[in-house]
Amino acid sequence: MNDALDVALRLIVVFAVFLVLPLVIGQTEHKVMAHMQGRLGPMYAGGFHGWAQLVADGVKFAQKEDVVPANADRRVFQLAPAVALLPYLLVLIVIPIGPSTSAVGQVIDAGIFFALAVMAVGVLGSLMAGWASANKFSLLGGLRTAAQLLAYELPMLLAAASVAMAAGTVSLPGIVNAFEWWWLPWQIVGGLVFFVAGLAELQRPPFDMPVADSEIIFGAYTEYTGLRFALFLLAEYAGIVVLCGLTTVLFLGGWHGPFGGEGLGWVWTLLKIAVLAFVVIWLRVSYPRLREDQLQKLAWTTLVPLALAQIALTGVVKVVM
Amino acid sequence: MNPVLAAEAPGFLSPTGVEIAFLLVGLVTLAAAAVTVTTKQLVHAALWLVVALGGLAVEYLLLTAEFIAWVQVLIYVGSVVVLLLFGLMLTKAPIGRSPDADSGNRVAALAVALAAAAALVWVVVDAFRTTWIDLDGPAQGATRVSGEILFRHWVLPFEALSVLLLAALVGAIVLSRRDRTESGPAQEGKR
Repeated sequence: MNDALDVALRLIVVFAVFLVLPLVIGQTEHKVMAHMQGRLGPMYAGGFHGWAQLVADGVKFAQKEDVVPANADRRVFQLAPAVALLPYLLVLIVIPIGPSTSAVGQVIDAGIFFALAVMAVGVLGSLMAGWASANKFSLLGGLRTAAQLLAYELPMLLAAASVAMAAGTVSLPGIVNAFEWWWLPWQIVGGLVFFVAGLAELQRPPFDMPVADSEIIFGAYTEYTGLRFALFLLAEYAGIVVLCGLTTVLFLGGWHGPFGGEGLGWVWTLLKIAVLAFVVIWLRVSYPRLREDQLQKLAWTTLVPLALAQIALTGVVKVVM
Repeated sequence: MNPVLAAEAPGFLSPTGVEIAFLLVGLVTLAAAAVTVTTKQLVHAALWLVVALGGLAVEYLLLTAEFIAWVQVLIYVGSVVVLLLFGLMLTKAPIGRSPDADSGNRVAALAVALAAAAALVWVVVDAFRTTWIDLDGPAQGATRVSGEILFRHWVLPFEALSVLLLAALVGAIVLSRRDRTESGPAQEGKR
């Protein structure tokens, strides 16, 4: 196939996935939360089970006036949602969902590092929003975001490094290719650390201190309205997709499944991502919010030592075998 | 320039697309760096620093050093700038110009910067002269290649650097714990 056409086609597919999957997760979150907490919620839009509520929400966001506070730093304020959202689109390009080369947007030699580096850039969006809003609650939210990111970046990296050591490569398809079923118990600690640290990086409950609505309204996003606010929400859902995708690829064996051939690999990947996304939503409705000092303590005294122990274990097994 | 080598190497007068891109990104990086040190708006300076560091990462990419490029983004944009912004927010950096965001050492700083730039340019030019990277062949900056060079030929400097970092880490802990003896228990537990 023509090279340029091939690249364009891949980018279009990735973009479509980027547009669809976060919305699917948003819809799932609405419904799963409603069932778990026994909340009726809006059940009218669209007829069956209120399935069109998300669409209605989108239309509502699009109609709202886009307000920039008078004292805000205009350009930074307006740029922030894009900085928060675009990195997740870039990460989706490198996540492989199937064994063939056509099932990944672009194979990158240092895929893990690309994914983690670009994910870390997304947090700059929250920081920019927090500072530029000229609002003390936003500033507090930004501060908490920064403190949280600094604390949880390290265990996430260490856990990812452990898998890279086990596979002997830092390329994402390479890691899944090297995967064996016994990696699951071997890397389980690293996987948990990675997932928890990723949740914290996304500021999902129970790590939603930066946007704690009962304390600081909505943290860095307090002053946002309309589409820009919707973009921040979309960034959160896209973040869930990316985190679940990365966890699947790094720790759960991606397209490997107990049965079904190579051809069904993408089904397994999507299934694992869906289950993880369900767990993310489940955690949101079942756990209370961690306090700021508890957050820092969990990262520095639990996750970092666990990740280091996992690296040591990986090293030992790797040398012995 | 050595005329014999120059004859073998591609000329300067017919630049390839990659060379033009390298030059343009370099100009953007330089401009962003200049704005970083001249702007009076503190947080804007930090954000322009993101552009400058990101530009450097793109330069690494264009030189096929993919791994170095992503690490550059991960460490500098993802952590160092976040730390900077954290500090700026902690001190409530104002929106708009800070009239006192200036230093009396401007001339000295400029002199040091120029001297450092001259020394670096001289060293790099002297070290590589007319070496050309073959961009079409297998990537010479791939992770495997970087790792092999680092741990086969440069192990000693690598270890020396890690000792230096360890010393810095211990120093940071000592500094941040100093006031515990002077004025009650310190509250600051973060980095």
